Amino acid sequence: MPTPHNKVVIRLDNVTRVYKVGVERIHALDGINLELRQNEYVAVMGPSGSGKSTLMNLLGCLDRCTSGVYELDGYDTTRLGAGGLAHIRNTRIGFVFQSFELMGRSSALKNVEMPLIYSRDGWWSRHKRARHMLERVGLGDRVKHRPNQLSGGEKQRVAIARALVCNPSILLADEPTGNLDSKTSEDILALFDQLHTEGQTIVLVTHEESVARHAKRVIRMMDGRIFSDLSSEEDQARRAAMAEHFGEVSK
Amino acid sequence: MKAVLGIPLAFLKLFYQSVYLALGQIWANKARSVLTTTGIVIGVASVTSVIAALTGLKANVLSNFESLGTNKIFISPHWPREGRFKNASWRLIRFRPEVFEGLRDRCPSIDDYTLMTERSETVHYGVYDIDSARIYGINPSWHRIENRSVIMGRPFTLMDEENGWQVCLITPKVRDELRMDRNCIGKRIVVGQRSFTIVGVVEQRVESSMFGGMGSSQEVFIPFPTAWKLWGPWTWMYAIASCRKPELSAEAQAELRFFLRRARRLGPGDPDTFRLEVIEEYLRQFNTVAQTTTAIAGGVVGISLLVGGIGIMNIMLVSVSERTREIGLRKAVGARPSAILFQFLVESVVLCLFGGLIGAGFGQALTGLIAKIPNASLDKAYIPLWALGLSFGFAAATGVFFGMFPAIKAARLDPIEALRHE
Repeated sequence: MPTPHNKVVIRLDNVTRVYKVGVERIHALDGINLELRQNEYVAVMGPSGSGKSTLMNLLGCLDRCTSGVYELDGYDTTRLGAGGLAHIRNTRIGFVFQSFELMGRSSALKNVEMPLIYSRDGWWSRHKRARHMLERVGLGDRVKHRPNQLSGGEKQRVAIARALVCNPSILLADEPTGNLDSKTSEDILALFDQLHTEGQTIVLVTHEESVARHAKRVIRMMDGRIFSDLSSEEDQARRAAMAEHFGEVSK
Repeated sequence: MKAVLGIPLAFLKLFYQSVYLALGQIWANKARSVLTTTGIVIGVASVTSVIAALTGLKANVLSNFESLGTNKIFISPHWPREGRFKNASWRLIRFRPEVFEGLRDRCPSIDDYTLMTERSETVHYGVYDIDSARIYGINPSWHRIENRSVIMGRPFTLMDEENGWQVCLITPKVRDELRMDRNCIGKRIVVGQRSFTIVGVVEQRVESSMFGGMGSSQEVFIPFPTAWKLWGPWTWMYAIASCRKPELSAEAQAELRFFLRRARRLGPGDPDTFRLEVIEEYLRQFNTVAQTTTAIAGGVVGISLLVGGIGIMNIMLVSVSERTREIGLRKAVGARPSAILFQFLVESVVLCLFGGLIGAGFGQALTGLIAKIPNASLDKAYIPLWALGLSFGFAAATGVFFGMFPAIKAARLDPIEALRHE
């Protein structure tokens, strides 16, 4: 009996992604199996080139896997065309980028409204939903401000509001604190924690341990494979053990 | 029901959302948008004003033709291009008044006719003279055919014609130039070497700017028999007939032709030794010329639309490449390729239509200026609705045509690559 909290949101079954560079074939993802349930808070970690960006693009339906099956909310996305993937991105996925990707000439409200244009909401509904979402991320008094009148943290809040405005099944954040100072980073991560307690499923890509510590589950990648998939506490414990074993100081 | 409505509704929403985005973008780049559309503005302005000028010219010519009368048939002697009369002497080709005897009975579609002859003479009155006044020999029916009545005095009578009296009608202009009293009836003027008594004053010719130079308004009229008696049987004479209704023109011409061939005793194989001319014929010819001119002028200024279109394409390409990240973002949040395509296409079409609108305004202003040029007979210049529609259509087509390539480029961008741009 699936309860809301154990419904499978994402299921990857032996997914590979192969790039061709000249005659060389690069296995960016090499047989990934993964299951994410509703309201999970996952951090994906790994050195650059480990395939975490490719995984992110794949989860976000920006890219298609070379082989394997990717099911989102129980739908097989592998056979969808460009239009179908766009629809999935619009309704089921919210993106947060490292560099915010806000439209500089438009107000915060317009930025948040943008995805709703593509879900063909009416003008009034757009306005209402975007405003509500900005209030939810704590920017109710900044709706008319343009991105260049906002601080970094506020910009990222606008981006998060934009990602959530279509009420997605999953929030994908790619280094959301990469361009922020540590104080603001903590604010943003606190916002993520809050969203998590409100029931949002979150996948976070990062290489900062302090960021990953907020997640409830940590996936570590290496050479296109998942080499560890543990809960946050287990992961911490293992790191501590490894640090002890190698006599190193944790970063 | 929902499925049936769904497709057009979805299209409508796509269209609405594209227009919304495009207008936002144009508003955000005001200065650039205005500069970009300059080409289209100039193109549309020149197309509409050239067509307006031509339309004005045409309207002017038409009204001039109408003032000349559209149900008149000019009958004049004419050497055929072939046959036995090709090199015939003037004696055989010339008209003589006798030829037209019985015309009214034989040609039922002809309302009336007048025999005509004309030449230039010097006219004297006391110390005043007019160097080259136009002297016409006419029948009394001339007044009705030319629609110029006698405003003072009397027209010629049967007595004048029968006796070949030396009487004349003059125009107010002649009277004024000869410094005569307003009432000049009974005064004698010298035409050529002969003295004529003025019996009446004829309405001034309708001034037509187009054909003003064709005949001066210094006209003196004398009875046709008098002119024929004085100027001899070798002089150039012709006739003007009017048909009962404009629709009967073709029939009237056929009757005249039959009558004249019989009167001139032409055999079955002989070509006509006369010519029938109708104003409508010229009108038709003029229309053909006007249409060709409009087409050529339209084509030439259409090139400026083309240049404008290239400007649009250039700026749209720039816009696509500088907004690559934005396109990537839009795709990431769920814009379908069709939505991106439409957005850019609509943007270029809206730009072009915007240019068209300003251009039409400029064209209107230019037309106003053209209409004020003195002596150019363009005072009737106006922009016809079809020209407005045509240039707007062309502007929109330019937008679609030149916007298509950048829009396709944008729609095909890979979102991952686009987000990594720069």
